[in-house]
Amino acid sequence: MGRLLLGVGAVSQRDIDKYQKQASEMGKASFALAWVMDTSAEERERGITFDFAQHHFSTPKSDFTILDAPGHRDFVPNMIGGASMADMAVLVVDTNQLDSGMKGQTREHILLAKAVGLKKVVVAVNKLDASTPPWSQQLFETVQTDIKKLLATSGFADEDIKFIPCSGLSGTNVINAPKPSSPAAWIPKSHFTLLQALERSIPAPTKPTTTAAQELLKQPLRMQIIDVFRGSITNPLSVAGRIASGTVQIGDIVTIQPSGEKAAIKALDVSDEPREYAVAGQICTLHLSDIEAQHLRSGDVVCSSQHPVRVVKSCTVLIEVLEALLPQPVDVHFGRLHVPGRISQLVETVDGEGEQMKRRPRVLKAGQRARVRVGFEEGVPMVVGERVVLRSAGVTVAYGRVE
Amino acid sequence: MRLIKQNIERKTGEGSAVLLPEEPEDLWHAYNLIRPNDLLRASAIRKVISESGSGSRSNERVHTTLTIRVTKLDFDPQAAQLHVSGRVAEENKHVKLGSFHTLDLELQRNFTLEKAEGWDSVALDTLKEAVNQDAKVQLWAVIMKEGLANICLVTDHQTILRQKIESNLPRKRAGSTEHEKQMQKFFQTTFDSLLRQLDLANPKPLLLASPAYTATHFQSFIKAQAASGTNKGLRELLPKITVAQSASGHLHSLNEVLSSPAVTAKLSDTKFARETQLVDHFFTLIRKADNRAWYGPRESEKAVEQGAVGKGGGVLLISNGLFRSQEIEVRKRWVKLVDEVKEQGGEVRVLSSMHESGRRLESLGGVAVICTWPIEDLDDGEVEEEDEVHENGEVDEAWHENGDGHGIEGRVEHVEDIDFA
Repeated sequence: MGRLLLGVGAVSQRDIDKYQKQASEMGKASFALAWVMDTSAEERERGITFDFAQHHFSTPKSDFTILDAPGHRDFVPNMIGGASMADMAVLVVDTNQLDSGMKGQTREHILLAKAVGLKKVVVAVNKLDASTPPWSQQLFETVQTDIKKLLATSGFADEDIKFIPCSGLSGTNVINAPKPSSPAAWIPKSHFTLLQALERSIPAPTKPTTTAAQELLKQPLRMQIIDVFRGSITNPLSVAGRIASGTVQIGDIVTIQPSGEKAAIKALDVSDEPREYAVAGQICTLHLSDIEAQHLRSGDVVCSSQHPVRVVKSCTVLIEVLEALLPQPVDVHFGRLHVPGRISQLVETVDGEGEQMKRRPRVLKAGQRARVRVGFEEGVPMVVGERVVLRSAGVTVAYGRVE
Repeated sequence: MRLIKQNIERKTGEGSAVLLPEEPEDLWHAYNLIRPNDLLRASAIRKVISESGSGSRSNERVHTTLTIRVTKLDFDPQAAQLHVSGRVAEENKHVKLGSFHTLDLELQRNFTLEKAEGWDSVALDTLKEAVNQDAKVQLWAVIMKEGLANICLVTDHQTILRQKIESNLPRKRAGSTEHEKQMQKFFQTTFDSLLRQLDLANPKPLLLASPAYTATHFQSFIKAQAASGTNKGLRELLPKITVAQSASGHLHSLNEVLSSPAVTAKLSDTKFARETQLVDHFFTLIRKADNRAWYGPRESEKAVEQGAVGKGGGVLLISNGLFRSQEIEVRKRWVKLVDEVKEQGGEVRVLSSMHESGRRLESLGGVAVICTWPIEDLDDGEVEEEDEVHENGEVDEAWHENGDGHGIEGRVEHVEDIDFA
């Protein structure tokens, strides 16, 4: 990702050199590019990402925001928060360590990407320059077959997936196609560069001219807060998030659920630039006034004051079961919101059309689809159709939508 | 709890016992022993209005011993108080027969309990456990994640949430130290609350659990506080701190931590660890679709009827919340089940509803069985409407009861429930 940002000019070579120097001092020379995204001292020290990072860049075709998600098992909740803001997934696979990657979080991340609603996937088959022999087309195709299978079992359609061979460290095929004289010359014959693949993977609802996008704008405002912070000296209270539906402009009075408090929009930024308004699909920062910080939490929802989101203590969810389930306590994830809950009732198992198969089953088995009732200790802002991920004991056990 | 005197007939179970609660946990036992319609005698303070000859009234607070017939119990685990309401059942020179009174059972004060229907096997078992003088384990646990900390006291029979600290942490941003600063503030608040709860003169083991590195950082924070301050008690606490990994910062993850080998090795075998292992074993059997494991009131009763829960591995898991039902019939039903299993040679485990393992059992209906041989399709057959409501009522009630950790009976609270279908 660092290479990508460097290539499009979002990050200067000087910054990269600076990171390189700092990284070498810490004995982590090869991590220089990673440090563009991993900005905290601890992330750099431990060499891992804790929370997703944001970075914007533009090409003549489109504006992009990269949300670099943590891969580590303990940080899956943060990954879910980041993934739920995205429009497409970029899966970076290390060609030479496919097995260990598969055992790790690769599988779970693919499932979670599907769970939060992502359809388009660009698979960057990375580190091909380090394979033996370098830039082996055969190796690339083996990897492609394996990953395709994995994505298919998780429910991704073949036509939504693109495979791009590349090398982040050397930069080959990230922005520019390799030259005809290099051992990677086979690539441009049948594959795009990473950047081109991204530009071609933009899903329809995000293109502003489609009817789907128009519909989304007309709906009431809804934005889940992923961060509450001090924007600047003049903006003591700011929230950031992706607008799921509706529009917002300076001067609007909005309601924050579940607290129910109202706030005014003093100013707003999109991609770090001040704007007058923001629309569904954009990740923006809202600078608020007339509200106290104690009423705001990550995971809360900013909504229109005329149609605020409902706050409920229990709901019915239609889920795909990944691991055996009983009525039990679960960690419930709605995007960034992570709350404890309980599956209070196994209502029924259903088939592909949603028709009942068995009433009140004893236990739900992996691979089944079912309706369950989930209860919460405190009120949760919720919208019908919202996506939800259920986890327990560090493992994702089910995902689905609120009914 | 100390048993001062008892005269319970072996055969009929009739009789009374005089008990002295010594620790807050004993009030939990009392809460499980005392049932509506029992006779409870304890000391009380009553406001008495006495009219003197000249017609003027004077209010006096009189110490007296009252015997009441119990109607309602209210247990506050956080404050460790048990309030028992009822009507005065014995002649008393200050108070009229039949008037209402609430007895506040206190530590270090005797009370006498005479059970209306006699002492059944479950009550006797509870009594035996209550007066068991073996040293009981207690530990403090803080289960946390970034921005959230739950401080709990874990005893043999209860997991009590003492304090919950929630704080908003801004995400890490390049060039800003806000995240670190807020994190330190969060640690400070958690630390201060923890100190208020702990009794440093008598340091018990402290467990810090979290996903990722939060607990480790908190431990370093405490070490730094101990090193800089003059608090000797705090320094003595340091070697008793154990750090463990948990899946999340929420209370239900505490269960997994408490039964993990790393923790049990340090904190030795305890009742809650064993209970957790049992429930885990049961869940594993269910997941494997092993037909030896069944849960729910009807299924468990059917299994016992068929004699499948007996010698050779039959286990009945039952939450003691079921015995606290307001209706005597319900309690009788479950005592009968327990007795039957015992007769068949099976094992009976009464799980405390105030531990996470007990709560998991309650969400399954409060009772489950592990049979000696697999039984097919115990859940086949008509689902009676009446039964469903009863089960639902039980489940909802149990869920709500454990939702706020209060043992408030006789009060039906409306749980907000919106069905989008």
